[in-house]
Amino acid sequence: MIKNLKNSVILTVILIALFGVIYPLIIYTIGFAFPSGSVGSPIVKQENIIGFENIGQSFTDDKYFWGRPSAVGYNAASTGGSNKGPSNPDYLAEVQARIDTFLVHNPGVKKEQIPSDLVTAPGSGIDPNISPESAYIQVKRVAASRNLSESAVKELVSTSVENTVLGMPVINVLKLNLKLDELK
Amino acid sequence: MDILYSALIILVTIVLAIPLGRYISKVFKGEKTFLDFLAPLEKFIFRVSGIDPNAEMDWKQNLRALLTINLVWFIWIMFVLLTQTWHPFWNPDNVLSMEPTQAFNTAVSFVTNTNLQHYSGETGASYLTQLLALVFLQFVSAGTGIAALALLFRGLANKSSKNLGNFYYHLVRACTRILMPLAIVLSIILLMNQTPMTFKGAETIVTLQGDTVNVARGPVAAMVAIKQLGTNGGGFFGPNSTHPFENPNGITNAAETSAIILIPIAMVFALGYFLNRKKLAWMIMAVMTAGYLMLLIPTIVQETGGNPMITQMGITQPQGSMEGKEARFGPVLSALWSISTTVTSNGSVNSMHDSFTALSGAFQMMGMQLNAFYGGVGVGFINMFIFMIIAVFISGLMVGRTPEFLGKKIEIREVKIAVLVALLHPLLILGGTALASHTWMIAENPGETLKWLNNPGFHGFSEMLYEFTSSAANNGSGFEGLGDNTPFWNISTGLVMLLSRYIPIIGPIMIAGFLSSKKFIPESSGTLKLDSPMFGIMLFAVIMIVGALLFIPALVLGPVSEYLTIVR
Repeated sequence: MIKNLKNSVILTVILIALFGVIYPLIIYTIGFAFPSGSVGSPIVKQENIIGFENIGQSFTDDKYFWGRPSAVGYNAASTGGSNKGPSNPDYLAEVQARIDTFLVHNPGVKKEQIPSDLVTAPGSGIDPNISPESAYIQVKRVAASRNLSESAVKELVSTSVENTVLGMPVINVLKLNLKLDELK
Repeated sequence: MDILYSALIILVTIVLAIPLGRYISKVFKGEKTFLDFLAPLEKFIFRVSGIDPNAEMDWKQNLRALLTINLVWFIWIMFVLLTQTWHPFWNPDNVLSMEPTQAFNTAVSFVTNTNLQHYSGETGASYLTQLLALVFLQFVSAGTGIAALALLFRGLANKSSKNLGNFYYHLVRACTRILMPLAIVLSIILLMNQTPMTFKGAETIVTLQGDTVNVARGPVAAMVAIKQLGTNGGGFFGPNSTHPFENPNGITNAAETSAIILIPIAMVFALGYFLNRKKLAWMIMAVMTAGYLMLLIPTIVQETGGNPMITQMGITQPQGSMEGKEARFGPVLSALWSISTTVTSNGSVNSMHDSFTALSGAFQMMGMQLNAFYGGVGVGFINMFIFMIIAVFISGLMVGRTPEFLGKKIEIREVKIAVLVALLHPLLILGGTALASHTWMIAENPGETLKWLNNPGFHGFSEMLYEFTSSAANNGSGFEGLGDNTPFWNISTGLVMLLSRYIPIIGPIMIAGFLSSKKFIPESSGTLKLDSPMFGIMLFAVIMIVGALLFIPALVLGPVSEYLTIVR
């Protein structure tokens, strides 16, 4: 028994070194081959990091494309979903409020045209993407508040659609809004 | 399109699992493989720790070794979790020590390959904890399951011998030869697709709209790879693989989904190669796959149909039910992951199970309640083994013959153990849920005092049922709305995890030990053919009767009732 225990302790120490230290360091070293991705793909503007490609940001201004609602207010230090069940009355009231807000800010849009990803919160709370439909439906509002032509904004959206392999077609909201700011 | 992707992911995984199974069989037997250059490393490990990896041990010695080293790991992780405040390095965000019951729960959770996570990764665990305790345990707890299976295989293959092989030998080689190479390959795929692997702390940024936000990150890729492969499921961040750093795009999602079921499926083929009974392996594979699809297909249908309550508000939902789901994955790929992760006791998620439509929640729970459709690495097949023993016994009774399993007589002792192990699972799940529901019901104003439930009514009951189901299946996913970081939940689910990890390993290894030393009876015309479709149907029926029927009343109280109130 004592021998068993002693063997187990030593074996444990070696395995901690192997899988808790050496293995992560191997992966860390391989990560140097991907210098941007391995630190989270930061987007740098005038030497400041203004965001990460895959971390969604909160957009509430009419002149920006909005991302999806977030259960954590896009807090990227404490992420998560709403975990509300499909029949929860509080949750359904929240969805209704999102629908109403969207309709107020986007006059002319009919309720049944609103894509469901625009009124539901993702599991991460920092979903960087929306569906292409969700971007197209906002074109009119964004164009109007920036005094741009709808066709120019629409053109920008259509060139921003990412048809990822093995995933759904999406638009990265942060990248789209960055391009929008450059459009002028 | 996403249906096509799902089919492709499953097919490619099965195709990869066949050669992997063959390779695993070779590793178990100690035959030559292309990774023999690792032999000096393993030799070094054994020499320093004073272990003779070739010493033959019987079932008792092996179990003693398994339990002892698991205890050592438990003490180690408790120590790490309770001292986070003083971690000397790899703690850039100054994470504090865990509260004792939370540390107990987390320690049990990772030692038992469950990864229930009553903490949130970005705020509750330092980088040192994540790597030296959690990642380490994600390897060795998976290795423990694989090693247990290797002992079981040997017991089934023996003609008449007490020796089951050497637990240490299999433990180390399961980690170095099976888990680590695959984890490195998967890590590289993740790194190529922008999964971070950094020791830098959180970054404070000012967003385009002028908000100041802290963005947590860390050594993510290494952990995600092993948590997917070892049916661990404990992610780096709170919301697991929904987080775009853990699972940035369709490619990583496909690779991670495939990694969930890869080794569990490969284990079935490994049995075929190990015992040289490939037809039997395909029969088991067919039963498991039938069960998997039986849960997967209706879940996909439910999720693509959207939430009926939102449809009533006038939203059309051609995208399906999107609450808790990421735009880049959509309902089908989320459903695929959710069933894959629940049938295998993995427990990672790429969408929030709490927010799935009502019936999907029932399918996810059934995956864990049956716990044998592929199942966890090593232990999944061990669960199936229990069902096979029971099926053989019942078949034997039906034809009035002493039941035989692979040339060994199945007698009272073996059947007793098998039935006890099989019944432990419902006992812990239903007993635990009853205890929690009772505590809730007798509390005065529980919504204010206990505050567990994030959802009222039937769904609230489902949250509690899910938590115990997940603990007992060593799964680790959750209806995460449940406020589970309380002493009640930390201790109760901690105990459930312990019992439902070790008893279903001890029981089957005992059976294997008994069978192993029995005399071998050659097959005759009267022997039940285990690899026949007839026995396959029998096995499936036993799983449904023993496994599913017991849970149906509870499921009716939770998800089914919720469904009925929604569709009206």
